Amino acid sequence: MSIRVRNITKIYGTQKAIDNVSFDAEVGEVIGLIGPNGAGKTTTMKILTGYMPQSEGQVEIFGHDIKTDDLEIKKLTGYLPEHNPLYGSMYVKEYLHFVCRIHRLKNISERISNVIEQVGLEREQHKKISALSKGYKQRVGIAQAIIHDPKVLILDEPISGLDPNQLIEIRALIKSLSKDRIIIFSSHILQEIESICDKVIILDKGKIIRDDSIAELNASTQDILNLRLSFLQEINQDELTKIEGVLKVEKIQNAQYLIRYEISNDPREKIFDWAVHNGNKILEMTPIQESLESIFKSVTQG
Amino acid sequence: MWSIYTKEIQTFFSGLTGYIVLIVFLVMTGMFMWVISNTSVLNYNYASLGQLFSIAPLVFIFLIPAVTMQSFAEEKQQRTMEFLTTKPLRDTDIILGKFAACLTLVFVAILPTLIYYYSIVQLGSPIGNIDSGAVLGSYIGLMFLAGGFTAIGLLMSSLTSNQIIAFILAAFACFTIYWVFDFISTQDIFYGKSDDLVKYIGMEYHYDNISKGRIDSKDIIYFLSIIVLFIWLTKISLDKRKW
Repeated sequence: MSIRVRNITKIYGTQKAIDNVSFDAEVGEVIGLIGPNGAGKTTTMKILTGYMPQSEGQVEIFGHDIKTDDLEIKKLTGYLPEHNPLYGSMYVKEYLHFVCRIHRLKNISERISNVIEQVGLEREQHKKISALSKGYKQRVGIAQAIIHDPKVLILDEPISGLDPNQLIEIRALIKSLSKDRIIIFSSHILQEIESICDKVIILDKGKIIRDDSIAELNASTQDILNLRLSFLQEINQDELTKIEGVLKVEKIQNAQYLIRYEISNDPREKIFDWAVHNGNKILEMTPIQESLESIFKSVTQG
Repeated sequence: MWSIYTKEIQTFFSGLTGYIVLIVFLVMTGMFMWVISNTSVLNYNYASLGQLFSIAPLVFIFLIPAVTMQSFAEEKQQRTMEFLTTKPLRDTDIILGKFAACLTLVFVAILPTLIYYYSIVQLGSPIGNIDSGAVLGSYIGLMFLAGGFTAIGLLMSSLTSNQIIAFILAAFACFTIYWVFDFISTQDIFYGKSDDLVKYIGMEYHYDNISKGRIDSKDIIYFLSIIVLFIWLTKISLDKRKW
């Protein structure tokens, strides 16, 4: 395993920010960390980048232990923190030059022009960082994280606050970077995770609730489907629940309901018959594929 | 360490900080040296740089905290500390890089005062009638003093993310360590009993010794210990993020 995280716990004072978190990652994988605010995403990343040590547990990245060998890990890692710390008074190239010098890189000017092209900063490359818009600052932040061609790339909410066009570009950039390295990134925007990641880790209150590949997550939701039903008149919910295969009935509004059912025991025909039998009419019957969003909602809200 | 050093120097001179420090230092010392008639060397009748070396610590007490106040406070404020500490740099690399950069700035500020030395050499009667050994000693003393103040300033800057607080704490600490020990050693509780010891903790005593041209290992060890002590405390203060 290239990244091995075992039972890490971080305690701030008396509060457990993360609690017994374990996961593995391999080269080539893009891992998405999601969870509500305060779930421990940023704390996990700060530990992986060696910003602060875990209280308990073990982190091993390419055979280096984070507690004893953090300098080696920092050489292998590119990190874009949540608040994208930049020196506003520096020029874009000056800043990237500084980053190259920290990493003791060679061919600095070549690397800088490559990375500027990669993140799409050509037009803004002669500006002062403080004069850039948020989207371009974010690109400088990403440039700083990838300029030394790291084996591990950790991005804390890299796409928050970008406009839709920038979002598409940054998403494409992250995808293009995912070859031959490990990318771990966190986001609130679930579609992002869905579109970029191979694996999703859902964190809540410091604990991992699910650690699945996107395919597995989708598969697990194949067994249970949602159905949106609209009737002409309001119905008796209890009766509807009694129909075979119906797991749960939720009222959306007036005579509109959301039903969860097992795919192996499809109740749609029975619902139709039941409605006819009661002299009611079905106006709408729409199956809804459960998205990551609803999984997220259901697991984090119990 | 050198990447941090270069970055700091660039920041000093791409903004106003560096130039203001140079100008203020030269204007202040120049005024006392040459212009204000009470202290002017022109009325003093001795070919000596004593005025420069007695006013310089006073100027440093304000100037060095002004140089060091942004070193960590601003990095914390801008959250760039998180950037630096997740790069392959040791905390000591960061501290020493900043320390060396601040000290370089002070050194550059002192450098033009060699013109004062040359002027006094020329004004002496006969020409060249000046105690060059004492002058050299004083310059060395001044650099050690600047080193001590810089280390103190870095610690204060690392304690807060507010530059003003960093400045006030540092100026107060420099003032205390330079003068207050010397002053309280003359108070009744210490005088005649342990006044030597109290005086010895203060910087002025050691600075005066070196300024006389008597470069004693005791004084040098004193300054080096102060520098090491405060750099070490700064490191502990940066380690706080790990608690």
